[in-house]
Amino acid sequence: MAAIKADGLYKVFGPNPERGLKLLQEGTPRDEVHATTGNLGAVIDASFAVQPGQFFVVMGLSGSGKSTLVRMLNRLYEPTAGTVHIDNEDVRALGKEELRKLRATRISMVFQSFALFPHRTVLENVAYGLQVQKVAKDERFERARTALQQVGLGGWEESKPSQLSGGMRQRVGLARALATNADVLLMDEPFSALDPLIRRDMQNQLIELQQELQKTVVFITHDLNEAMLLGDRVAVMKDGQIVQDAIPEEILSAPATDYVREFIQDVDRTRILTAETVMVDPKGTLASGHGPSVAAREMREQQMTDMYVVARNRRLVGAVSDRDVTEAARRGIQRVDEIVRHDYATAAPATPVAELFDLAVEHAMPIAVVGEDGRLLGVIPRVVLLRALGANANSAGTADGGVTGPDGGVTGPDAVGSADAAPTATGAGHSEEATTDA
Amino acid sequence: MPELPRVPLGRWIDSFVDLLRDNLPWLFTGIRTFFATLLDAVEWLVHWPHPLVFIVLAAVLVFWLRSWQFSLFTVLSFGLIWSMDHWDVTMDTLALILVATIVSVAIALPVGIAAARNRTVSQLVRPVLDFMQTLPVFVYLIPAVFFFGIGKVPGLIATLVFAIPPGVRLTELGIRQVDKEVVEAADAFGSTRNQTLVRVQVPLAMASIMQGVNQVIMLALSMVVVAGMIGAGGLGGEVFRGITTLNLPLGFETGLAVVILAIFLDRVTSSFRDRAAAAEA
Repeated sequence: MAAIKADGLYKVFGPNPERGLKLLQEGTPRDEVHATTGNLGAVIDASFAVQPGQFFVVMGLSGSGKSTLVRMLNRLYEPTAGTVHIDNEDVRALGKEELRKLRATRISMVFQSFALFPHRTVLENVAYGLQVQKVAKDERFERARTALQQVGLGGWEESKPSQLSGGMRQRVGLARALATNADVLLMDEPFSALDPLIRRDMQNQLIELQQELQKTVVFITHDLNEAMLLGDRVAVMKDGQIVQDAIPEEILSAPATDYVREFIQDVDRTRILTAETVMVDPKGTLASGHGPSVAAREMREQQMTDMYVVARNRRLVGAVSDRDVTEAARRGIQRVDEIVRHDYATAAPATPVAELFDLAVEHAMPIAVVGEDGRLLGVIPRVVLLRALGANANSAGTADGGVTGPDGGVTGPDAVGSADAAPTATGAGHSEEATTDA
Repeated sequence: MPELPRVPLGRWIDSFVDLLRDNLPWLFTGIRTFFATLLDAVEWLVHWPHPLVFIVLAAVLVFWLRSWQFSLFTVLSFGLIWSMDHWDVTMDTLALILVATIVSVAIALPVGIAAARNRTVSQLVRPVLDFMQTLPVFVYLIPAVFFFGIGKVPGLIATLVFAIPPGVRLTELGIRQVDKEVVEAADAFGSTRNQTLVRVQVPLAMASIMQGVNQVIMLALSMVVVAGMIGAGGLGGEVFRGITTLNLPLGFETGLAVVILAIFLDRVTSSFRDRAAAAEA
């Protein structure tokens, strides 16, 4: 018995959805229907089934209808046509009160922009679903605390969401969804708004949690890496339609349409070990406003001879060596950003690792991975490059193993192994968040 | 060329007003009694403490809300009103403003919420609000006097007509501006419509709603002098008396008292708004 079963789901937006629906059902192309009637088929004839405990990923570019699809499962959007069954119960046949009960107890949801209640504390946010169910105060706070422990946010109960970093906020969102003990978890691009390192940290945490909890998950993403890492099964959407629904390795080895093939190639190139996928959190950075003596102490503590200097918002300013810092302190220079040098290598997050080797050889300092906005996203020390190379050669890794590896080690328990093999530095992710909060 | 027939709109309105007055006298008596009672109660309340006590309480309130500087301003300016011997009429006006604000908010809040939740309501309400805000005050002052006679109640009614629209608009706006995903989250966890409204939408719209209350008060104050013309008394009555008797000292002093009251009420309500905004952040 499928935990979730969708049959022939349509969602048409516009002045006359019924008319648009009829045309679409007759096979009129979506663009033509939109041009002639102004009705937009956001989701067209979507059918799929998700087994209990399965991690089902819906992948597509923006505008492909994936967010609309997931919202029809709990009827945040009313389907124009089609049926949804959750545990064999016809969701569309439910009355208002029964639907509320279903949402409160059996389906929960995580949102892209977190959608926390800013006027409530973290604990009250997490307890919200239970408050709706009228669970007594002591019990609901107890269960909310447990959920916060599960996502590693014990101790933050009384904070307001605005005091938390992005990654922590989404963990609150996850805890809120877990607190109701619903079996079905809908996740609408939950990690898209997060920085790469934190995103990877969250993905790993979700994998661990899922091993323990075995929820039925519908996970929306536009990121192929994420889909391959997390999904037991992946559905690819294009222009409102599901063009392929298969296990990840099949998507990679036997793309059903040219679109899927292109999608894979396109994303795959960046996916085969880019700077972003191998970078680690810099162990320490200096703030541009610091004086040389503070910098010297910091470098001694971290036992580093060179350090990157960042301005506010982590924008990369330059680098300093311990020798320069000592010299500057002697000469009475006030700020470290006056003595920075620029003889280090930088790379964009999407740079393929292959292009990084030369840079790594030429420069002593770790390569700085810098985003378009000039922010220091992470660093790549030589040792990390070598390790990434090794992981790539040995097994799937987060690399192209899914395509070439005979074991297609992207699914199942292997997925966790490969995530570990990648130099993720989970602890570093946490420390980065801590600096954001300080 | 055929002559365009004249539409006797004015006469129709006149007959309509007559019709209402002849057939529904109990309604107007009821409204009049209700508002008169409410006004009396609030007037009694604001007149009850000695001016000194009142000033100290006001100073403590603004010290808690804002700063000692504004607290000092409150003491000096209210002290000035007291020393100029306009305390009683100022309190009359304060009572009128308070009642107008309470009634306006009591009407504006539910209407604004209904308009935010339902497009049809919003589309119906909007032209009515435009009408209320742009119709020259004296035009509805006449029927107000017809229905309720001379005195405080028609002054209050005229004030309400003028002061309600921003309350409705800012309530609607505030609720519509609440992050769509946050509302979805409340729904996704099984909230009823009312739970979503009370626990999420209204708290997150509070800064905008408080801004509406602030605007209601400011507009009510601006109607004080007009209301004074039809016998609502208070500072407005004094200002009007100053104008008609060419009594410059009286006109200036009471006019200044209106300004002082306005600054005080504006700062107090905008402090509440800022606090609501801080709570949302």
